[in-house]
Amino acid sequence: MHNKSVAELSRELERGEISSVELTQQFLDRIKQEDGRFNSFITVTEEQALADAKAADEQRAAGNATPWTGVPFAHKDIFCTNGVRTTCGSKMLENFVPPYDATVTGNFRKAGAVCLGKTNMDEFAMGSSTESSYFGATTNPWGLSQGDKRVPGGSSGGSAAAVAARLVPAATATDTGGSIRQPAALCGITGLKPTYGRVSRYGMIAFASSLDQGGTMARTAEDNALMLNVMAGFDPKDSTSIDRELPDYTATLNEPLKGLKIGLPKEYFSDQLSPAMEEQVRNAVKEYEKLGATVKEVSLPNAKLAIAAYYVIAPAEASANLSRFDGARYGYRCDDPKDLMDMYTRTRAEGFGTEVKRRILVGTYALSAGYFDAYYLKAQKVRRLIQQDFINAFKEVDVLMSPTSPSPAFVQGEKTNDPVTMYLEDIFTIAVNLAGVPAMSVPAGFVDGLPVGLQIIGDYFSEARLLNAAHQFQQATDWHQREPQ
Amino acid sequence: MTISRKDIEKVAVLARIRVDEEQVSALEKDLGNILDLVDQLGAADTADVEPLAHPLDAVQRLRKDEVTETNQREAFQAIAPATEDGLYLVPRVIE
Repeated sequence: MHNKSVAELSRELERGEISSVELTQQFLDRIKQEDGRFNSFITVTEEQALADAKAADEQRAAGNATPWTGVPFAHKDIFCTNGVRTTCGSKMLENFVPPYDATVTGNFRKAGAVCLGKTNMDEFAMGSSTESSYFGATTNPWGLSQGDKRVPGGSSGGSAAAVAARLVPAATATDTGGSIRQPAALCGITGLKPTYGRVSRYGMIAFASSLDQGGTMARTAEDNALMLNVMAGFDPKDSTSIDRELPDYTATLNEPLKGLKIGLPKEYFSDQLSPAMEEQVRNAVKEYEKLGATVKEVSLPNAKLAIAAYYVIAPAEASANLSRFDGARYGYRCDDPKDLMDMYTRTRAEGFGTEVKRRILVGTYALSAGYFDAYYLKAQKVRRLIQQDFINAFKEVDVLMSPTSPSPAFVQGEKTNDPVTMYLEDIFTIAVNLAGVPAMSVPAGFVDGLPVGLQIIGDYFSEARLLNAAHQFQQATDWHQREPQ
Repeated sequence: MTISRKDIEKVAVLARIRVDEEQVSALEKDLGNILDLVDQLGAADTADVEPLAHPLDAVQRLRKDEVTETNQREAFQAIAPATEDGLYLVPRVIE
């Protein structure tokens, strides 16, 4: 049962072969038995899940079902859930129980999906390894059989590990600089970061508001499409949400790929990529050629500046967003503050972890008097150059393909001492966020027994085409079905 | 680009984060490394380039000036560290 996709489970529920209560109980039991090894969940909501499953079964019996009615899944612990603790991986929000739902949370609730709990993540989504969580690191299900505790990637490492370990068939995630695609790649699952503005950010705890985007994680492209059907759409509560026609993302999955024009950005096949990784990615591209696609080299000349621009823009916006955590209205407050300043400074020193504080300080510096033009404004100008590269590339080709990450999952602790080494994990993913275009990571092979992800980047609002390309690849390959031992 | 102890102390005050004396050296190194990485931006020719704030160049939508939210004071204050008579309590500001 745990190996089945959302689409398969949905069909079995529809045919009455299993009830949502039975299904939910099976996945809850599996989380109980297995998650001690992974630590992919921060909170498991057993009682609520079983109540929701019972309600879902009644909905089905009454003939009011959507494809999601009664299907179990999990939320990244960055999406506010009414009445259920939402921590964002931080001590600051250890006991925060939101009095409202994020729009994404509400959408899944309305569709009748059954949330089993909240998944682990890097604190405030700042990280590429899920090691900076206040609730302990998440371990990648891959590599354990070789005796290694490897990172699942991050920041959505809990969602990725839970899906890879078959603890849930699907989970929500967010991506500011690669936080969906890199963990999807490292855990051997399929993930999609939609176009900026496609999925509402209301109730999704903010990190860098001009980059943050909610998205999907599951084992198949088809399940990602089913998720996006629930998540995407205009939301007046999110001032950056885009009002634009919404396709049925499952409707075009089976379109043939004949004539698809693929571009390979030469900057993403550089010496930062190991030959073994490159071979897997090039084999995947060959598979696309067999499916009728054509391939040419393209250039993103400013992509090399993406990490530098990102590490000004993201910390600057984070320093503003995270100023709301002041100990006054909700979240952590230090003991016995002697005055207001002491309350602010100690609450924030004690409530935030090392990486979050580092980024707030960098961002504050970049925005401070005398530095704003040199850092923030300069980075925003470079951002436009990077965007222009993508616009130019999509005049020539339909999609871009590259590796998702420079290497497979690394061993825990290997990169925690040097923040800059960790930042380079996102070298192939960050430019996409700066441009705001959509991109996926799709399982495309193995190196040393560890999964390799193929990144597929599309033009604005081309999610349906990306999902179609990923789905057709998954009809021809079985990388996405491999199960960690 | 190096960042001095004095800069770090100043930024810590601006960010309202207490930084203890023994943390300053580590921050000097880490922040210095991050700023070195960021300094690559200087090499880019950005003359006549407009800064990009929103990837789709969308502007903030305006809404009608109407009350749409319901009063949920009790729900919000139930999760506050300290309240009294419907107000949030913080340390005394005025002596």
